[in-house]
Amino acid sequence: MLPDLATAGPGSTATTVEGRVVSWRALLRWETALVLVFGATLIYGSSKSTEFLTTTTVFYTGINIGQIAIMALPLSLIVITGEIDLSVAAMLGMACSLFGYLFEHGVEIYLAGVIVLLMGAAGGALNGFLVTRLGLPSIAVTIGTLTMFRGIAEIILGSNEVSGFPASLTKIGVQPIPGTKLSWTFGIFIVLAIVYAVVLHATPVGRSIFAIGLQEEAAFFSGIRVKRIKFTLFLLSGVVCAFVGILYTFQNATARYDAGNGLELNVVAVVLFGGISIFGGRGSIAGVVLSVLVVGSFDEALTLINVSAQKQNIVFGVLLLISVLLPNAADSINRIRGRARRGRSATASTSSTGRIQLQEGKQ
Amino acid sequence: MRDSNRRRRWGLGAVAAVSVLSLTASACGSSSKSTTAATAAPTASPTTATPSAATAPSGTTAPASTGGAIKKGLVVYFIPKDTTNPYEVIADNGGKAALTALGGKVVVSSGTEDTAAAQIPSIQAAIQAHANAIVIAGNDPSALCPTISQAESAGIKIVSFDSDITCPDHLFINQANTEQIGTSEVDLLAKEIGDKGQIAILSAAATATNQNAWIGYMKQELKKYPGMKLVSTVYGNDDPATSLTVLQGLLSAHPDLRGIISPTTVGISTAAQYLDTHKSLLSHLTLTGLGLPSQMKPYIADGTVKAFELWNPSNLGYLAGYAAAALASGTLSLSTGAKFTAGKLGSYTVLAAAAGTGPSVVLGPPTVFTKANIAQFNF
Repeated sequence: MLPDLATAGPGSTATTVEGRVVSWRALLRWETALVLVFGATLIYGSSKSTEFLTTTTVFYTGINIGQIAIMALPLSLIVITGEIDLSVAAMLGMACSLFGYLFEHGVEIYLAGVIVLLMGAAGGALNGFLVTRLGLPSIAVTIGTLTMFRGIAEIILGSNEVSGFPASLTKIGVQPIPGTKLSWTFGIFIVLAIVYAVVLHATPVGRSIFAIGLQEEAAFFSGIRVKRIKFTLFLLSGVVCAFVGILYTFQNATARYDAGNGLELNVVAVVLFGGISIFGGRGSIAGVVLSVLVVGSFDEALTLINVSAQKQNIVFGVLLLISVLLPNAADSINRIRGRARRGRSATASTSSTGRIQLQEGKQ
Repeated sequence: MRDSNRRRRWGLGAVAAVSVLSLTASACGSSSKSTTAATAAPTASPTTATPSAATAPSGTTAPASTGGAIKKGLVVYFIPKDTTNPYEVIADNGGKAALTALGGKVVVSSGTEDTAAAQIPSIQAAIQAHANAIVIAGNDPSALCPTISQAESAGIKIVSFDSDITCPDHLFINQANTEQIGTSEVDLLAKEIGDKGQIAILSAAATATNQNAWIGYMKQELKKYPGMKLVSTVYGNDDPATSLTVLQGLLSAHPDLRGIISPTTVGISTAAQYLDTHKSLLSHLTLTGLGLPSQMKPYIADGTVKAFELWNPSNLGYLAGYAAAALASGTLSLSTGAKFTAGKLGSYTVLAAAAGTGPSVVLGPPTVFTKANIAQFNF
């Protein structure tokens, strides 16, 4: 039981199959598909616009997707445990509001940043408390806190708009990291993605996160501190999203209460498109990184060739549906094949037991 | 088994990392020398600092030897608040008409939501397409400025219309100045009621800055008409139900009222609806103000309202298009008193920067909508 759980990660279904089959499965992996889609996007983009394969595109893509990408990392872990956090963008907005308010009232900028991160921790802890200690469903809890955070953001700043942040910090919105063509947010995302990948795929904590998502009770009875891990993840999400709120403020050189309105859907879309199973227990950081690259570059290509924003929305809606449909379809095919195999072996042994097996298979 | 699983996973991680790197690397290779994110054109020939030298990517480089002439083949990005707002669509079409007349091209690009974040990718697209000018209706006065300044350093001329931005070095196309809106509404009503009788104002919120400024000029203009007397100003808060309640109160308190000015689209449409169902009032009461042609069409058609005003968004876009083309051709500067000609609209002069706005151009007096012209407007 335990060793099985420990290895339970992406693609772990093939535990006792011989090597050849495993390699075939690897080809069918979601990440492989994403690499192909990414390649196709680059070819499509460069065939439609001579401006696509340039450093400018790299920079703008980073600017436009960087914040979403950073928020997608903690959310990925939360979704792998079988929960969800829809309050990510509202937390961004609340952080932006509070940061603007503090700055306007003369609080030293780094101190203001620390206060905002603490508020992020408090907001995340509230989500975590309601989900783990009171046992409420995370989708309901975080829709509630989404509305609440947005409300608080509006109370803090109202229709007020704060600008005048130091140019040395707001330059992250217009200048890449010196010596590279990456935006600051995208650079931060890459560093964080490496940290998350190590934690998720190479530490006991990461294995526990997968175990919780696959079978929460089994994880609990095998000694994993389910509630503590979930609580920590929600707390982490709060802090990271508050941090993104500060980045957002600098990047736009403005603090407003409605910062990042509606962005939670993009974050969830990136996570699911990255192959993180909405039912928990499956996914990888590599998938999320690829998803960020695909969504970011595709979006950039569509904007460059001036596809209207409405059509872009339709394209992304379809992508999201595919990302939920395809893995499920693969599961269904596997189940049908499993049934067929069981049915065959059953009929091969004795007719009476075979009938029973087949009936089981039909259910 | 466990190890091989992990290796595979890391293998994919590596693939991802490599693809990130290769993207950056290949992109680095293909770009030209310019350091900023400004103009990285592999095809454009001499990417020198002269902004106006980089004309349309279509390749129709004009000789531009005539000095004061508008260049051919200009590309102007129109970035409305969003791409579906009917008012903005009419303005964009006005801009298209202007650029077509000048031998250039308009690209309309924006988001589906009225947010600054949704407009930023469009500004970036304009930079990458080496547009000559951007005409933008800002969803936010300051959040767009970092991206706008990037566009400026790429040599793109910036014009704002409909809703101004606070960024430096751009020309604002003002739909109508405050004074003209206030005075022209009084003049319009005076003409209809024969310069005499009691009148009232049905406004939006008591705190609305623009409405109060217009009302201030209305009072000033009323001094010209000694026969007309402003007996009351009521506030409907731009809410149909409240507007209706205060209107009924107004009518019962002043049975001899001859005219109502409602300088808000909600107020005028609510009042028109009420008068439409109480036609006996029309024998002595006249309604005018600022309204949307689409909302007011039925009341103009059946005679409930004779005339009302608003600026013409098509002309607004047209003027913005001409101004953008003139700036991009170097025939217009942002200095006070600079002049340019905007096709059918005639000649315009750049006004000095005032508090809160930079150099601007005023479209002109508002358009009066009557039975004769209302069919042409669909916003």
